[in-house]
Formats: sequence, C-alpha cells, structure tokens
Amino acid sequence: MRERRSLASTFAGYFVLIFFALVFLYPFVLQIGNAFKTEPDAARDPLSPIPHPFSTSGYERVFGSTDFPLWLGNSLLVTVVVTVGRVLLDSMAGYALARLRFRGRRALFGAIIAVLAVPGVVLFIPKFLVLNQLGLYNSYTALILPVIADAAGVFIMKQFFESIPVSVEEAARIDGAGVFRTYWSVVLPMARPALLTLTIISFQGTWNEFPHTLVAVQNPELFTLPRGLADLVSGSLGKGTQYPLKLGAAVLATIPVAVIFVIFQRYFVRGANEGVEKG
Amino acid sequence: MFLRRGRGRLDATRETLAGWLFVAPVVLILGLFLLLPILMALWVSLTDWNGQGSPFQSGVPYVGTRNYTRLFTEDGLVREDFMTSVRNNIYYVAIVVPAQTVLALGLAVIVNSRMLKGRTFFRAAFFFPSVTSSVAISVVFLFMFANSGVVSQLLAVFGIDGPQWFSDSRGTLHLLLGGLGLVDPDNPPAALTGGGPFGLSWWEWLSGPSVAMWTIIMLVVWTTSGTFMLMFLAALQDIPVTLEEAAMLDGAGRRQRFRHVTLPLLRPTMFLVLTLGLISTWQVFDQIYVMSQGDPAKTTLTPAYLSYRMAFKNFDYGPGTAISFVLFAIIVVLTVVQRLIMRRRV
Repeated sequence: MRERRSLASTFAGYFVLIFFALVFLYPFVLQIGNAFKTEPDAARDPLSPIPHPFSTSGYERVFGSTDFPLWLGNSLLVTVVVTVGRVLLDSMAGYALARLRFRGRRALFGAIIAVLAVPGVVLFIPKFLVLNQLGLYNSYTALILPVIADAAGVFIMKQFFESIPVSVEEAARIDGAGVFRTYWSVVLPMARPALLTLTIISFQGTWNEFPHTLVAVQNPELFTLPRGLADLVSGSLGKGTQYPLKLGAAVLATIPVAVIFVIFQRYFVRGANEGVEKG
Repeated sequence: MFLRRGRGRLDATRETLAGWLFVAPVVLILGLFLLLPILMALWVSLTDWNGQGSPFQSGVPYVGTRNYTRLFTEDGLVREDFMTSVRNNIYYVAIVVPAQTVLALGLAVIVNSRMLKGRTFFRAAFFFPSVTSSVAISVVFLFMFANSGVVSQLLAVFGIDGPQWFSDSRGTLHLLLGGLGLVDPDNPPAALTGGGPFGLSWWEWLSGPSVAMWTIIMLVVWTTSGTFMLMFLAALQDIPVTLEEAAMLDGAGRRQRFRHVTLPLLRPTMFLVLTLGLISTWQVFDQIYVMSQGDPAKTTLTPAYLSYRMAFKNFDYGPGTAISFVLFAIIVVLTVVQRLIMRRRV
C-alpha cells in the first residue's frame, strides 16, 4: 500500500517536473525553430518547431539589413570593460571593508547597504541628468562609467573576505609585504571562487542591461545588443512582422549568456543565492 | 616597547590611507552616479525644466511642490495617467507576487524531493529563463502571443477562440463581473461611474488587469520564478533530515510535515522572496517598453514607464522625476513594512 502510494507520487512528481520543464524551455525551442523559417512559414505555422522549408534568410538579414555587427561589438566592449572594472574595484573595496581598519569604515559600509536599497528605475532620469550635466551623454563613457562599480558586488566580496582566515595575510604582512602587495599576490589568488562568481554575474548583468543604455545614449552608433533589439521590435524594420529575423537576432543575443550558464551553472546559483544573505 | 608603539601608529596611518585608497574608486562612482543624481533630480522635480540647457541655470521656472500635487490633487491628464498607471501596477503586483512565490515554492519542493532523479537538469531548466536578456525574451513572447500566433493556435486545439492579446484593453475583472452577470461591462451602473478617488471612477479602479497586461504578467512570472526557486531550494536543503524523520516517526503525514515542519522553517526565505518580489514588480519597465509601450488604451502603463515617457518623450522632466520619487517612496514604505512584519513574526 505504502509502496504503491510512493510510486504514484514519484510518477506525479515527474509529471509536474516534465510539464514545467516544457513550459520553461519550449519557448526557446520554438524561438530557434522559427528563426530558421521563411516569413510565410513562421506566420502560418508558428507552433511547429521544425522549419519547412529550412531557411537561413532570417539570419542573413540580421547581418545584412540591421546594424547587428555594430551592436555586438559595442556589447562586447562595454561588457568586458565593465566586468573587469567591477571585479577589480568591487574586490578592492570589499577587501578594505572586510580587513583594513580605517576611520569611517562602518559609516561607509552602512552607506553601501543603503545604496543597495535604492531601486534602479528611480535612477533613470537622475542618471541622465548627471551625464547630461557632465557632458558625457551619448558616449562610451556614459555606457560604462556609471555601472563600472556596484554596491552588490562590494557586498559579495566583503562577505567572502570575512569568511576566509586572516592568518595567511598576517604571515605575509609580517614578512614585510605592504597592503597592496598582500592584497594582490596573497588575497586575490585565494578569492578565486568569489571572483569567478562576481565575473559571471557582472557579465550576465551587463550583457543584458537595457534601461541604462536608454538614458545614457541616443546615437545608434552606440547601441548595444538589447538596445538594438528593442529598436528592431519597435518598428525600425519597416513593413511586415519579420519574426524569423527578430527571433534570430534574439537567439544570437542569448547565446553568450546561455553558453556561460551551461558551463558555470553553479556560480550562477551561488550568485542568485547571495541575494538571500543580502536580506 | 616605545619602538613598537611608534611602529603601530605608523601602521595605523598607513592602513587608513590604504583603506581609503582601496574604496576610493567605488565611493567616487557611487557618489557621482547615484548620490549626486538623486540630489539633482530632487531639484528638477521642483521645477518645470523642459530638457533645454542645464536645469540649474537661472531661467528654469521653480514650481515648488506643484509637480507632486499635480499627481495627487489637481484634476488633469497628468493625474489621470499617473493614477491609471498606479492602478495597473497594483493589479500587476497583486497577481505576479503570489503567483511567482507559489510556483517557485512548489517547484523547489518537488525538485528537492529525494526520490527523483535529474535534479540538476530540472533546476537548470527552471532557472534558465531568469538569466536571459529581458529584451530578447520579450521578443519571444511578442511572437508567441501574436495574433494567430503560437498561443492562439494552441488554444484553438482545445477549441478556444483566444483574444487578440496585445490590442485587447478590456479589464479582466470587468469581464469576470460581466460573466457572473453582476454588471453589464458595456453599460456599467451609474453608481460606479459617477465618481471615485483621485480622479478615476470606481468602475475604472475595478477594471482588473487588461488582457494585454496578462501577457506581461505571464512573461514575468515565467522569468522570475526560477530565481526564487533557487532561494527556496537553498533553504530546503538547510533543513536537517533528522527533523523530518522525527516528524515522520511521530506519525505525521506528508502534508502535515510540510505544513508544520517545512513551512515554518521556510518563513525567513518566504519573507525575503515576497519583499524582493514586491520591490521588483513595482519597477517593471523593460517588458513594457518592448512589448506594449503602455498600450492598449494605457492599460499597461506603469509608473516606471510613465516617468520615463514623460521625461524622455514629452520633455516634462518635472512631473516625470516627481513620479520616480513617489515610486521610490512606495518601494521604501513596502520594504520597511515587510521588515517590521518580519521582525515581529520570525
């Protein structure tokens, strides 16, 4: 009796899991399938994941008739610079807040926690105002500088440095290494898991960033992938729905994060759960 | 002794210097692009700046708190739009937050069950939508909910004639009330259309989310549940097995164990998920921008999108900025209330 019930519940469990796995993944299957269709085929039979006939014209037009290569270049540049900057600056600040004893440290940490609580959408217009006032609006600097350090990253790094033993650093300090030297050649190598988590969440966050680009630039030469994609959808393509093209561009924009997700899944999981400790 | 003390003081000075050097870049960036902008925006929200030149030059008209009173007490288009956006967002929050929390908890409990294999795969599958770009995903949902698109054809399989999602501005609470025969949506009772708080009639307040808003609700529940599932999963894995076993020995059934052992232990995570959910649902923007731009008939307008549109499309920076501060206040109040409840109950 008991066995039969547990068999039934195992079956029910798998049923729910598979149903939701389909709900969560099948849209991506449809997206990829329809991106390889001709436009009439995608309009007539969107529900089928198999293109009939198979066509790469959507992708050809992504590269031929949109500024996709430009957006890709901009996204790569901005993402790499911001990620490197965040990893370096956030870990330095996190280390100082965790380990160095200096006047104002507590107040500073309080301020960073307060900053974490400021909702992003509230800053749209304010960010534009400051970029405009400083003459940075419509520049790569506007895309990069305001987001090159973030309070959440500082918080993650501080938590991490507090979790590792202080003895190794003390040994280095006794040997006469300066603060920066100790940080660079002793502390950072120990911090590899945290640095990797920060790298990955920074990459993903910056690659997908949309609203900041709205208030930082207006010049199409400076569009990143999400911005360019949003522009395509809001009608810069002209007539027709052109779903194969749009879906294809969206697939290409998703691939880098998808690849990193598959390889570094556990770091994503760790990154998501840092939020738990934040609360 | 003397020597050591001297060196200690020198070390302390050097450490202070190093400390400030290490935090300087972050302090500079956050100060320049977070603190300073908020102060600048506070000023702009008290003016009628139209985007020309600098908002700090002498010719910019100072209007005091008028931009705020226009949102709440003055009859006009600004208040009508703002209150409509608040209404839309309230319905949006009221559906998204419970839906994503329940879905996330349910998935976490099943994924966590020890009898099932493939846990890593399912966890990854449910989490994947959360890491993708909001814009790219909105494109996919535009395609799926298009007229005679994926969803319409799927509904047709079951003999259901689906709506034209993105152009359907009918409020679903209106439809429900009509369906129950309580009121006639085409001819609502005068008692409801006559008046109501903040410039919208009671009938308008009672619209419920529009059909178009439901597409955005589904999209957001679909993308955020994965993240919250991970939080629940982490909490579930922290529950000692011995505790569940003890309850089992005491003769507690599965449902009882869940209610009396698991759920109370999940309470801190539950509050965290609800808080994060409330904070993020009041900020919905990307999906609105890509999928609906506030249409149809302003039924997907939200305060965040309205504030953007007022400033960057209509060049009404004053009211636009005022809306973002009201939004800020709403979010802060919700966070504080949550914290207070959490402190008392956990």
